[in-house]
Amino acid sequence: MRNRTLGFVALGAAASLFLSACGGSATGGGPADADTEFDQGSDSIVNPSEQSGGTLRYAIDGDFDSTDPANTYYAFNWNFSRYYARTLMAFNPEPGENATDLVTDMAAEMPEPNDDFTQWTVKIQEGLKYEDGSEITSEDIKYGIARANFNGGIFSEGPQYFAAHLDQDGDYNVYDHDDPLEGFDAIETPDEHTLVFNLKDSFSEFPNVLTQPQTAPVPVDADRGELYQQTVVSSGPYKFDGEYEPGVKLHLDRNEHWDPETDPIREALPDRIEVEIGVSQDEVDERLASGELDVDLRGSGVGPATKTRLLSDESARPFVDNPYSGALRYVNIHTPVIEDVACRQAIMYAADRDSMWRAWGGDDGGDIATNLLPPLIPGADPESDLYPSQDNKGDLDAAQAKLEECGEEDGFSTTIAVRAESERDVLTAESLQESLGRVGIDVSIEQFPQADFFGQYAGSQDYVRDNGIGLSVSGWGPDWPTGYGFASKITHGDAIMETGNFNTSELDDPEVNGMWDEALLTEDPDERAEMYADIDTLVLENAAIMPVVFDKSTFYRPADLTNVYYHPAYMMYDFMALGVDRDE
Amino acid sequence: MLNYILRRLGAGILLLAVVTAVTFWIFYVLPRWAGVTPHGMAAMYAGKAPTPAVLDATVERLGLDQPVAVQFIEFLRTLLFGQEFTFGRETVECAAPCLGYSFTTNTPVLEQILNRLPVTLSLGLGAAVIWVVGGVTVGVISAVKRGSVFDRLAMGAALIGVSLPVYFTGLLALSFLVHQWGLFPVSRYVPFTEDPVGWYQVMLLPWLTLAFLHAAQYARQTRAGMLETLNEDYIRTARAKGLSERKVIFKHALRPTLTPILTILGLDIGMVLGGAILTETVFSLNGVGAYAITSIVAKDLPVILGVTLFGAVFIVICNLVVDLLYPVVDPRVRVGR
Repeated sequence: MRNRTLGFVALGAAASLFLSACGGSATGGGPADADTEFDQGSDSIVNPSEQSGGTLRYAIDGDFDSTDPANTYYAFNWNFSRYYARTLMAFNPEPGENATDLVTDMAAEMPEPNDDFTQWTVKIQEGLKYEDGSEITSEDIKYGIARANFNGGIFSEGPQYFAAHLDQDGDYNVYDHDDPLEGFDAIETPDEHTLVFNLKDSFSEFPNVLTQPQTAPVPVDADRGELYQQTVVSSGPYKFDGEYEPGVKLHLDRNEHWDPETDPIREALPDRIEVEIGVSQDEVDERLASGELDVDLRGSGVGPATKTRLLSDESARPFVDNPYSGALRYVNIHTPVIEDVACRQAIMYAADRDSMWRAWGGDDGGDIATNLLPPLIPGADPESDLYPSQDNKGDLDAAQAKLEECGEEDGFSTTIAVRAESERDVLTAESLQESLGRVGIDVSIEQFPQADFFGQYAGSQDYVRDNGIGLSVSGWGPDWPTGYGFASKITHGDAIMETGNFNTSELDDPEVNGMWDEALLTEDPDERAEMYADIDTLVLENAAIMPVVFDKSTFYRPADLTNVYYHPAYMMYDFMALGVDRDE
Repeated sequence: MLNYILRRLGAGILLLAVVTAVTFWIFYVLPRWAGVTPHGMAAMYAGKAPTPAVLDATVERLGLDQPVAVQFIEFLRTLLFGQEFTFGRETVECAAPCLGYSFTTNTPVLEQILNRLPVTLSLGLGAAVIWVVGGVTVGVISAVKRGSVFDRLAMGAALIGVSLPVYFTGLLALSFLVHQWGLFPVSRYVPFTEDPVGWYQVMLLPWLTLAFLHAAQYARQTRAGMLETLNEDYIRTARAKGLSERKVIFKHALRPTLTPILTILGLDIGMVLGGAILTETVFSLNGVGAYAITSIVAKDLPVILGVTLFGAVFIVICNLVVDLLYPVVDPRVRVGR
């Protein structure tokens, strides 16, 4: 009896392992022979190929903020939504310096402004079609923009550039009207292929806003408000296969009515796209390395543990890219709490930037930042340094002089707020705490939950004042790759909010504000870039923001992923170019 | 018997009401006591850079400016009688029991929980079979062969099982058994109804990982219970009567040992079905537990309430079932307690 029982147990165990092993598809984790180089994808196309077919597999730790183009602000989502939502304008689909140039998507030609940039006319191509074969008209694009920005607040995730700049009553709500566009006059549609945007004020960078997903067309009859995200009507090369299941999956199939002749920015190589949602970052990294996944949808690079391993593994390095993420990591110096500019400048001088850079990860984490605008933004001058010191260790004499100037020769006490979940933010704060202690500035560190950081703590005016929060560690990436697209939200006085405040230092300098406004009246991009460089200097003179690191991301590209290159406008690989080269 | 079941159901409903009220209090009232304003709460659901107008609209849309009592009554009313929700120009009926719509994904909470339930059921019930069979078997053998090499090894392994958290054993198993050695497939859930073999292949490793933790407790509990029972007079009497050792162990010694095991099992299954948060997270299984953790991170209040209530329902039901099973396992227990 005992032998028989043991036999059954052994048989069961063997069968279990056999069955599960039969299903195993792991390749052993190691990459195949490499004919690529480290960081090759940062400025050139890796594995160029025109081979179509196959399934491109994405996974993400987390989820889309929404699949509705009206209601999204994540960079990866702006990149990904282009599979099914075409926009009026786009960024040049190529690696390198020219990638941030504007090109047309649905637009037939570049937008035409009037003399003072308060009116923009955009003509769209003829023959554009939805997934059901019906024609896309200018009225559909107008409706898409209207619902995204004038909706009674039901879409709160997306940017508000149209709402802020269109010459339209802010209380307008498309869902309040039987005819949803009745009275919505800020966008005119003189014919089925022309849109005329009327703005409240001059906005020379308006074509950049036309790259955003909110310009995707939406048929009025298909609009289900917040539920539209379940099945977005496609205008791009792929359409939803079944409903989007938040927290679970999104699958896309080819849209047979998409005409590649009308589309200059999408390769549309895979036959099918699958997104698995809610996979932990470690698991995403493991699957990428073992070839069981093609792309990390999050697009912010591998996790810290994997990053260290990849960068030190010679066999893995040819499959790794390490470009600038486009983001600046910085410390806000809260102007209402540390009111005297000389005291703020003392902090700038006393900070040991080298130590903070090491805390952020050293060479692998990015470069020491001494100015505001990240390197890829026109007008950026990474050599600029208003608070220089030997080896970036801090200038304690200059700091002491500034402390005396603000009447705090013995130093002062303040609090720095950090996001508890971000280990590197905490390490950065600890480093700053130590270096400021050298001149008697006593800093205590307060950690807060990331989800509430701006809503309730560092970005809440009341909390900051009531609790003497003088400093906070933060990070920011551009909405589009210009000085305005990067820095206006964090330095323009008009951007200060009571809660959820991203101009967290609450800088409200009339000169800075005036220069932002003036830049929007300036047609020449080069001239604007010079103005943005001046704003950069002014912000640092105000000592409202202490740049720490121009962040770098570490991406892993599997060997069978084709047409891989880093796109600085999206701060990740250009999803529209990607294909796969493998037998399925 | 019917009277007993009705009394237990009544107590269960009362417990659910208390759980609901306490959860509501933790997530709706405590933040207000901590000084969080309705606009501060709205900022969590209002995107990256909300304008004041968007914040105002979010406060109004989610009813965050309502007194807490009104919000609680509204929640109960929706739960018991259902409600209509308006999305854009569309009105959607959410029939009772309605747990509302997620603040962050605008999806019906109950539907989302039910969609994820097969994953959690697959994980929980599969693992439970393994940990009960494995744990009790090892416990019985250890007790019978007390002091043997097997006993020492088994109890040592049990100690390790109890000590190691799932996220440790799970990550280790994933790293070596899946990614390094390819013994198990990558964890992508396949419904049983679509592909039973694929379902089994994918679930086996999560089952083993979760079962390792629980089996250890069951083995130790069974061993201790068996050792105590084997010293009882009636066991000596049974042996003296000439009953076979198999009958003595399985019929007379094991049955009373199973009563406390059953009690733990009821709680464990209830908790696992309410969401095995760590196991689901480690193995990227989109079950109720993963849904719970996502909602907690996002402070998605309707989902937090819904998942908590759902988990409590499972625990109440499992405990009721366990209570009803006591007399079956041990005839000495009578319902008329």
